[in-house]
Amino acid sequence: MQSYEFGLYVFMLAAFLGFELVKRVSPLLHTPLMSLSNAISAIAVVGGILVTGDKDATELTRWLGFTAVVCASLNVVAGYLITDRMLRMFRKREPEKK
Amino acid sequence: MIENVLPAIYLLASVGFILAVKWMNNPATARRGVIIGEIGMLLAVIGTLLRVQSNFAMIFIGIGIGAAIGAPLAYLMPMTAVPQLTALSHAFGALASALIGTAEFYLRGPHGFTMAALSLETLLGYLTTTASIIAFAKLQELMPTRPLTYPGQNFVSLGVLAAAIIVGVMMVAGTPAPWMFPAFTALSLLFGILLVIPIGGADMPTVIALLNSYAGVAAAAMGFVLDNKLLIIAGALNGSAGLILSIIMCKAMNRSFTNVLFGAFGQLQTAAAGTTVQRPVRSATPDEAAAILDSARSVIVIPGYGMAVAQAQHKIRELYDALTKRGIDVKFAIHPVAGRMPGHMNVLLAEADIPYDKLLEMDEINGDFPNTDVALVIGANDVVNPLARTDKTSPIYGTPILDADRARTVMVIKRSMSPGFAGIDNELYYMNNTLMLFGDAKNFVSGIVKELAGSH
Repeated sequence: MQSYEFGLYVFMLAAFLGFELVKRVSPLLHTPLMSLSNAISAIAVVGGILVTGDKDATELTRWLGFTAVVCASLNVVAGYLITDRMLRMFRKREPEKK
Repeated sequence: MIENVLPAIYLLASVGFILAVKWMNNPATARRGVIIGEIGMLLAVIGTLLRVQSNFAMIFIGIGIGAAIGAPLAYLMPMTAVPQLTALSHAFGALASALIGTAEFYLRGPHGFTMAALSLETLLGYLTTTASIIAFAKLQELMPTRPLTYPGQNFVSLGVLAAAIIVGVMMVAGTPAPWMFPAFTALSLLFGILLVIPIGGADMPTVIALLNSYAGVAAAAMGFVLDNKLLIIAGALNGSAGLILSIIMCKAMNRSFTNVLFGAFGQLQTAAAGTTVQRPVRSATPDEAAAILDSARSVIVIPGYGMAVAQAQHKIRELYDALTKRGIDVKFAIHPVAGRMPGHMNVLLAEADIPYDKLLEMDEINGDFPNTDVALVIGANDVVNPLARTDKTSPIYGTPILDADRARTVMVIKRSMSPGFAGIDNELYYMNNTLMLFGDAKNFVSGIVKELAGSH
């Protein structure tokens, strides 16, 4: 089996899994869900690292890769931190009342 | 050595991402999900760094700059600005994918299936970048939030997209000429702008969710270009999350994707609404409103975008406290498209420390309205318009709404009688059991709170 064929199966299965999982997320958490999924797809940083660190990188591709690393790692950090900041606010009962 | 371990690391990271999304289904486990997602990401990044042979300094500086901008952004951004921040991060994420695609193109000049994936990656990446920037500008009110339209708009937009696709197919089918990739890039960037310009503020929840999905699919396409399964899985998860959210948003507005993207909703209705006549309404002062609330046993608050604009959520929390102390049952009814992004209202009310078990979604709470003494509408409009149920000629007919009109008394805090985003007159305001509370949401609620404190 070709590698891309294998990849297509992975994509299909992951997309269906994503559908099933996300359908169960309470509407209460739709905003943090979006920031979390943003942080997850910032895994693109891996691609940026590979392109920037490629042995054959030219001046152009190195700088493109560098900019991609900046953008993606910004998303990783901001995405996870803001998701956590939002989730910390969701409390079942007010703490000061018994 | 690392070449052998890396696949295992990527596999673990994929498990982390899947669990992160799974645990988001419940506020009790959601934070655990964030932690496992972070661990997955950390593993993948460290593993990848071990594989890299050159340019370490540049990579670390890049990560450092990103983190140095990202961290303060996440901590300092006020919660009301979350839709803008989300739009911005879609732009960054998509730009990263597009740039990596561009670099791969010039580095390896791939062909066949890989080139097709690369074209998809850069097309979606670049168009999502500019589209998200326009969405950001609209949300930040750097440009008008109403839809900007011109004759032949859809024709021009789809023409640009078609041109981009044709150039893309030419690059996949043969050897790309030097002009092709830059032209492809320019057309993709241009289409992103054209896509969002005609979309109005109230449709932003759908558009933001859709752009989220595009950014995810771009990342997945990158996974095919780099032959990296982790990227494919992460991208697919993000892509399906965004797609589901935008489907939910469309359903909540009773509209189709094509209608949101090409319908230029607001424009249409503003023209139709020009004929409305002035009709009498009943209004009340803060102390009258306070007296009615004081004698109620159950209250449902319906927040909308107006609450976010007025930053009224903390005052509403004071009102919630004052009423609960009197033994009055207070709940919140959240319409799926209230605000500017999915879940916007929940985040603001949670920020104001209102317990999340009091925030109820439309289907859960609609049955309660007939047994409710007071429905208090704060900054919401179209989502409580009873015309959606009754008037077949109304453009919003069929849209699921919160049944505020079925409560014994309805109070609406609103700045003036101007129609809402859809430009449609709201029947709710003219009903016999409706009281209009004219004023700024924050000031009015704080007036009621003061009145309640005084009478105690």
